Amino acid sequence: MPNYRIHKTEYIDETKRVSFKYDGKTYFGYEGDTLASALLANGIHLVGRSFKYHRPRGIISCGAEEPNAICQIGSKKDLTEPNVRATELELYEGLEASSQNCWPNVKFDIGGINNFISPLIPAGFYYKTFMWPKSFWKKVYEPLIRLSAGLGKSPTEPDPDIYDHKHVHYDVLVIGGGVSGIIAAKMAAKNNLKTLLVDDKKILGGSTIYQNNENIKIDDKLSSEWLKNEIQEIKKLSNLTIKTRTSIAAYHGYNFLLAKENLTDHLPEEKKKNKIRQRLWKIRAKKVVIATGSIERPLVFNNNDRPGILLSNSINKYLDYYGVTCGENIILFTNNDSAYETSISLHKKGIKNLIVDLRKSASSELIKQAESLGIKIYFNHVVTNTFGYRKINSLEIMKLSEDGNTTVGNKIRLSCDCLGMSGGWTPMVHMHTQSGGKLDFRDEDQVFLPKENSEDQISVGSCNGDFDLENIIDKTVNKINKFLEIDNQDYQDTNIICSKENDTRNIWLLPNKIPLGKTKCFIDFQNDSTAKDIKLALKEGFRSIEHVKRYTTTGMATDQGKLSNMHALGIIADTAGVKMGTLGTTTFRPPFTPLTFGTLVGRNVGKFFEVVRKTSMHEWHVENNAEFENVGQWKRPWYYPKNGENMHDAVQRESKAARDSAGILDASTLGKIDIQGSDASEFLNRVYTNAWSKLAIGKCRYGLMLNEDGMVYDDGVTTRISENHYLMTTTTGGAANVLSKLEDYLQTEWPELDVYLTSVTDHYSTASICGPNSKKILNKLFPNLDLSDENFPHMSFKEDKLENINCRIMRISFTGEQSYEINIESKYGHSLWKMCIEAGKEFNLTPYGTETMHLLRAEKGFIIVGQDTDGTMTPSDLQMDWIVSKKKFDFIGKRSLYRSDTVREDRKQLVGLLTDDPKEILEEGAQIVSDVKSKPIDMLGHVTSSYFSPNLNKSIALAVVRSGKTMKGQKLIIPMENKNINVTVSDTIFLDKENKRLNA
Amino acid sequence: MFLINCPFCGERDQSEFSSGGEAHIVRPKQPTELSDDEWAEYLFMRKNIKGIQFERWNHVHGCRKWFNVVRDTSNDKILSVYKMGEKPPVNYK
Ligand SMILES: [Zn+2]
Repeated sequence: MPNYRIHKTEYIDETKRVSFKYDGKTYFGYEGDTLASALLANGIHLVGRSFKYHRPRGIISCGAEEPNAICQIGSKKDLTEPNVRATELELYEGLEASSQNCWPNVKFDIGGINNFISPLIPAGFYYKTFMWPKSFWKKVYEPLIRLSAGLGKSPTEPDPDIYDHKHVHYDVLVIGGGVSGIIAAKMAAKNNLKTLLVDDKKILGGSTIYQNNENIKIDDKLSSEWLKNEIQEIKKLSNLTIKTRTSIAAYHGYNFLLAKENLTDHLPEEKKKNKIRQRLWKIRAKKVVIATGSIERPLVFNNNDRPGILLSNSINKYLDYYGVTCGENIILFTNNDSAYETSISLHKKGIKNLIVDLRKSASSELIKQAESLGIKIYFNHVVTNTFGYRKINSLEIMKLSEDGNTTVGNKIRLSCDCLGMSGGWTPMVHMHTQSGGKLDFRDEDQVFLPKENSEDQISVGSCNGDFDLENIIDKTVNKINKFLEIDNQDYQDTNIICSKENDTRNIWLLPNKIPLGKTKCFIDFQNDSTAKDIKLALKEGFRSIEHVKRYTTTGMATDQGKLSNMHALGIIADTAGVKMGTLGTTTFRPPFTPLTFGTLVGRNVGKFFEVVRKTSMHEWHVENNAEFENVGQWKRPWYYPKNGENMHDAVQRESKAARDSAGILDASTLGKIDIQGSDASEFLNRVYTNAWSKLAIGKCRYGLMLNEDGMVYDDGVTTRISENHYLMTTTTGGAANVLSKLEDYLQTEWPELDVYLTSVTDHYSTASICGPNSKKILNKLFPNLDLSDENFPHMSFKEDKLENINCRIMRISFTGEQSYEINIESKYGHSLWKMCIEAGKEFNLTPYGTETMHLLRAEKGFIIVGQDTDGTMTPSDLQMDWIVSKKKFDFIGKRSLYRSDTVREDRKQLVGLLTDDPKEILEEGAQIVSDVKSKPIDMLGHVTSSYFSPNLNKSIALAVVRSGKTMKGQKLIIPMENKNINVTVSDTIFLDKENKRLNA
Repeated sequence: MFLINCPFCGERDQSEFSSGGEAHIVRPKQPTELSDDEWAEYLFMRKNIKGIQFERWNHVHGCRKWFNVVRDTSNDKILSVYKMGEKPPVNYK
């Protein structure tokens, strides 16, 4: 096995060998490696296939910007993770990784044929092809695309790992632990500011930490040595928290940031167990220092995507940080000074290399040093082609014309096994723009920079466009002193020597003799878009960068175009003949790097996913086999199947029992609002459509509440307990909103009213007993209470004691049967329920759930707000004009009831429907028409509630139908998939129109 | 994510609040005397300003009090917070 690890470094622990599997084969690396550095040490460059053409692709970078080396980690159904960047993944014992997007394998795959038919796959390919015939999409195109171009596999079972959230507050947050971040953090912390420093890497130090060129020195030390000393010092600062392996995912307004901390991803399997895997930090910082650095740009030339072609600075890091060389015969292709550092480093380690420089000449100390070492430099030359299928083996260079627009002279072929490219540097302005900051364009080196810094946010270092060390340190110190309003002198006498210069020769698309159509100049490596695609999009009329991006998919892969956006913009500007910078940029959206769902969700999984509310009687329902229905956050008994009954049978039995003898419902979930104050009656007058002033103490009244637009909002029964004391009930689902709405009016429109609202929903439990025998059961429970219709009529209220505990009893009915609601303090709810059941035994008192409740009320034509109404129904639409007071001067929604639209006669109105076949049960939501032959069929309305009534022995339904009020007796049709159902419009009340049962 | 200075509780996270739309829209005292158009103006028409906007907010997961906020919608900066019934600060008109 080849070994490209050529020297020892302090970051690689060669005493700790780590074995890992890549694509099923076992390899070895060392503690301190990333998966990428370990693969390179084993001579592996080829790590995947490109998305569209399935071209072989290699590791290109050493960080978050990596577009190619993305892999699938693990193979367990619940623990596999796709799209992990090998350049960021720390190696651990037992790591299993595989390359993605290369079915059936990375060395040979079917999709590779796309490479040869690539002229047929232009920009917008997916939009243009696969369009027709439609029937092919689902069965042919989609499976084919998915099979040949998947971006990894999702786990198929729940994630067993633990994730955590944490809220923190700091005076200063510093993002990025490179040289400028470290200086900023030290200055802040030493001036008594509570400071947090985060960095996504395992150790602090950024790219300076492995810097070893004697032309770049601080205080007469190598810059890396000086920085290590600084790091030692800041670790001693007590009010500085340092979080490594922590990356900022999003920067929201008001300096609220989200950071992801990796806690166990670098540990071997057995050490991961039972530990928190990742933690989402929710950070509020008074001030934020952005020191996120910059990333190196690739260059755009023909066949610039072969394995073995890397960013020049990445070659340097693999060498000086990991001790790994990316080749033995390396060519560096650059337009600026930074590749010379790489070259000199390689030379020192004895790696043969030469430089191809786009610039006509350059003469910094660094270049002089390279020249003096005998490193060959081709100034004013451009790489025009590369060769080698699975790895680069040679390339061609040509001389550039004077204006740089074309090539001249003869081709020179140079052999190599690795090519490093440096197209300059792109400041990472993501954080700045995410926070709302604007950008400026600097022409000299074609970079976007933070336009202005605000009082609570600042960018320092190379993310602010300061690239040489002297500039970075001086400017950072000055800016931080000003930003934090401090006067720190620590760096006043720091002596910096930096021999790098900033001149570049920027050419976005490098010239070539071969026409563009015949070359492959890649811009977005992950999504496989080329310079040609961008130009084609422009030719087809796309102008906006946002459109070109989507049409060509440039910058839309998991790397979000970290390496490609600038080149796309540059080529668009060049082609369109406008100045770069006038086009703006695409939007940098969070997250900066992908987040796991686990991190976002944190602990809110399983039973912590949502709040569950249970009534005091809940355990009894569970013991008695109830099926539950979610109503808002409440668990309500839905029905109580007996002896293997299905839902239909259980509901039929429960419904029949309730009307034949007695039924009991847990009504505790209904919203209850306690209303007190000298203006309580006036308040109710204003919020309900009907009049309340004359309601006698001890009486109950049904009320309908509207929105200001006249539409029904909620309903319920309100009881007058004393002169200035009412108890309002609301629907279960509407309780919280009703309270909020009432509070809103009280606080903002009618602050003069003396009214106090208190939610008491959770304070009382309610058992509702209905049916012809309900009075007898009540008599057993409350023997001293006069239950006669004269003393305790329908719609009235009494108080009594049950075993010395106060009960509020309302005789009110939602079923049409005589019915009593017993309210008791919640802690006694379970006992109350059991006593009711016991007392009702001899009367076959049958517990029923929400489904039977719905059926019973539908028989009586009582509406359910939210089921028979949908926010577009007025009281009149519901045929409930009787509840709207004509006398009251005003109430919420009154004026809207006679707007031109609400008085239209052809509004949808609530009606009853009877099926011609009494056994046929309609589907709720089914459409209602009068003529199935017209095309398109005119839809008149839809079914809102539908049941088979065991008490009437026929199917009944409520529906909303256009002009329904005038249609009684008319035939309508419900067209279903296989048949048309004939129905007749009826009254909404199906049972006991005379209300005999209420008082029986 | 705003940090909102509730006039009753102090600075709290935006997630504790709910927004109630435009402020200082007074419910007409005599709705019955309004034409359809006038009523619709009250009921439906709201400003949507890029710049300084007066808004109602409710500390719904806190003290449950409603209050007013002056916010610059172009940068989300909250410029002023004041209680219901108080006059809006004049310098933002
Ligand atoms: Zn508050």
